[in-house]
Amino acid sequence: MLSGSTPGARSVAPGEQSAPKTAPVRSRPRLVAIVGPPNSGKSTLFNRLTGLRQKVANYPGVTVEQRVGRVKFPGARGEVELIDLPGIYTLEPRSEDERVTCSVLRGEMPSVPKPDGVILILDSTNLARHLVLAAPILSLGLPTIIVLNMADALRERGGQIDVAALASQLGAPVALVSASKGEGLEPVYEFLTGQFGVPAPSELPVIHDVPRCREWAMRLGQRARYHPPAPPVWTRRLDALFLHPVYGVVIFAVVVVLVFQVIFSGAQPLMDAVDAFVQWSGQQLKASLPESAWRDLLLEAFWGGAGSVIVFLPQILLLFLFIGILEDSGYMARAALIADRTMARVGLQGKSFIPLLSAYACAVPAIMATRTIEDKRDRLATILIAPFMTCSARLPVYTLIIAAFLPNRPLLGPFLWTRTAAMLGLYVLGFLAAVATARLLKSSILKSEPIPFVLELPPYRWPTVQSLGLRLLDRARVFLRRVGTVILSVSVVLWLLAHLPLLEGRFPPIEQSLAGTLGRTIEPVIQPLGFNWKIGIGLISSLAAREVIVGTLGTIYGIQGDESSASLQAALRQDLSQAGAVALLVFYAFAMQCISTIAVVRRETGGWRWPAIQFVYMTGLAYISAFIAYQVVSWANG
Amino acid sequence: MQLSFKKHPAAALVPTTSLADLLPGRQAVIVELDLPGELATRLMTLGFVPGNTVALVRTAPGGDPLVFRVDGAELALRRDTAQQIRIDSESISPLEEP
Ligand SMILES: Nc1nc2c(ncn2[C@@H]2O[C@H](COP(=O)(O)OP(=O)(O)OP(=O)(O)O)[C@@H](O)[C@H]2O)c(=O)[nH]1
Ligand SMILES: [Mg+2]
Repeated sequence: MLSGSTPGARSVAPGEQSAPKTAPVRSRPRLVAIVGPPNSGKSTLFNRLTGLRQKVANYPGVTVEQRVGRVKFPGARGEVELIDLPGIYTLEPRSEDERVTCSVLRGEMPSVPKPDGVILILDSTNLARHLVLAAPILSLGLPTIIVLNMADALRERGGQIDVAALASQLGAPVALVSASKGEGLEPVYEFLTGQFGVPAPSELPVIHDVPRCREWAMRLGQRARYHPPAPPVWTRRLDALFLHPVYGVVIFAVVVVLVFQVIFSGAQPLMDAVDAFVQWSGQQLKASLPESAWRDLLLEAFWGGAGSVIVFLPQILLLFLFIGILEDSGYMARAALIADRTMARVGLQGKSFIPLLSAYACAVPAIMATRTIEDKRDRLATILIAPFMTCSARLPVYTLIIAAFLPNRPLLGPFLWTRTAAMLGLYVLGFLAAVATARLLKSSILKSEPIPFVLELPPYRWPTVQSLGLRLLDRARVFLRRVGTVILSVSVVLWLLAHLPLLEGRFPPIEQSLAGTLGRTIEPVIQPLGFNWKIGIGLISSLAAREVIVGTLGTIYGIQGDESSASLQAALRQDLSQAGAVALLVFYAFAMQCISTIAVVRRETGGWRWPAIQFVYMTGLAYISAFIAYQVVSWANG
Repeated sequence: MQLSFKKHPAAALVPTTSLADLLPGRQAVIVELDLPGELATRLMTLGFVPGNTVALVRTAPGGDPLVFRVDGAELALRRDTAQQIRIDSESISPLEEP
């Protein structure tokens, strides 16, 4: 059996623990681990104390690897480093992310020294269950502070706890805080910078005896006069709606369609504005610079290439806004629940759905997120299918081609327009390819016993403007960095290739340049798909990243550009038939054109074997499907 | 794994049924977990422990997975997992909604 076996090493009992490190001279900063159950607010606290921006979202299993950061707060004396960790329920890991936390705590993680202290963070609104984790953590014998988070929610819902009583029971400092609001953190500051003492709890249960641990936690709760908060009324009301057998599904469908409509049509005015600005500034530049090869490079590679990708920023930000609302509100976990039955049919489980959903943003974090899946084979299958989900890098390509070839007409009244429908169709296509591949894998090489699905449903929370704003800001930064690095350098290289070798001291016509030769060399291979050599250059360049093709075509057309064919869409229509456009869309839906994804698959699977198989499979599927699409559409068009 | 932890002392004495047979809006006391040790431990850590009361709040659209309320939090399990958990049939009572 491949599924997670418990490593032999057990946590050390207090008596066996080496003497606490209270040495006055520290050669390295004090390292404090933030430990707690999933979704208890570890990353929120980490961000608050370090000023960093770890991803925070309202579902269990967001953080899947360790992250170290230096504390930064007024009057921070000495150096303290914090380490944010994936959530755990016990010290017996069942999944890869839990294993990370356990090995960091035992000092077995390469590159991370054994922590000198622990911040144990528990959700104060859920203390009945969360307090159980205090037993194994306190028996580690490390200096520990117990942080009861979500004080704001506890107060609002009328819960209470006697912090001092709990502290004396546990023999360790206890703080009632709100990490997201920054309330009550003084004891945490004091702990981090003060004398580290080893906890001296009045009693500890045998930590492998779950019922005993629960009784112990219950007793603690009673002695600390824990009064659990009223149940989250709104969460129950919303669940009655979102998980309703009929309305739940209808709402899901309506939301999906609306989101697509907004991303596709709603973003248009903003995109037009950015486009107009890029065009206008290009004109200004052209007028103000003397004619030279440098000016051409600037205009054609920078403005034509990178500029044509920048245009998609508003659209991508809108997509991320929706994903952010989904993740911060708590709906994500419900979506996984609704999807579980479908996932079961292809041999996976609802937990695989969360990484797959986040692959709509980008496959790289999605592949990291598969660490929460306990079964190794399920995890591998999810890694292998994640790149089929329509990531945001495909969005510019889809948008460009659809807008160039499909007139926008209302399809279902004012709600669904043809272009939105086409876009939706492509998302569905990617999803179907993922599901079919999963089914294939899970019924053959990755067959395994179905592993039980256990998912905690967090309460709904309002996504805050601040958190959404930060997400968008980070996203915009990532996108612009990509445009400024990958896309710009590919555009510049391409520009050079399109201008070399010089013929009698002058630039060659693009057909005879290096780029043209390259494109024409592969033309026979891609001709059956309806692509000519220019599209071929685009395909090659987008091996680095999918959206590069937009920049590449922008550069090529910029070089060829007479004033009349200023628009990329218009130029594209001269090079692609309708059948070719369909084939290109299908090709992009399936092909694995992303170096970062290949790199992360290699890292997470520990070798080149799986990324190689995945690349060949996806590219092969893309080629064959695009071929079929081209032939069928050509034939249908007569 | 110590199997004895998965069983309530009274397990042999009471009539039991499966947790999957609980109707939505009802609660009952867990008697026994008929699952492999490692998984049983995980479920017990999450509150599915003999002696504890759990309530079935609702099911996902389509009837599976099931959403349970345990210790004030909500957890989803698939029906076939719930089938392996035995509850005391005499302890079944309507869930009083606050
Ligand atoms: N009301 C309230 N919500 C909070 C507080 N702290 C965190 N949250 C929310 O709780 C959710 C989980 O926060 P995270 O910081 O991602 O939790 P985590 O423990 O890092 O979660 P994992 O990485 O998944 O284990 C987010 O929606 C936060 O906004 C708090 O003090 N009060
Ligand atoms: Mg986290």
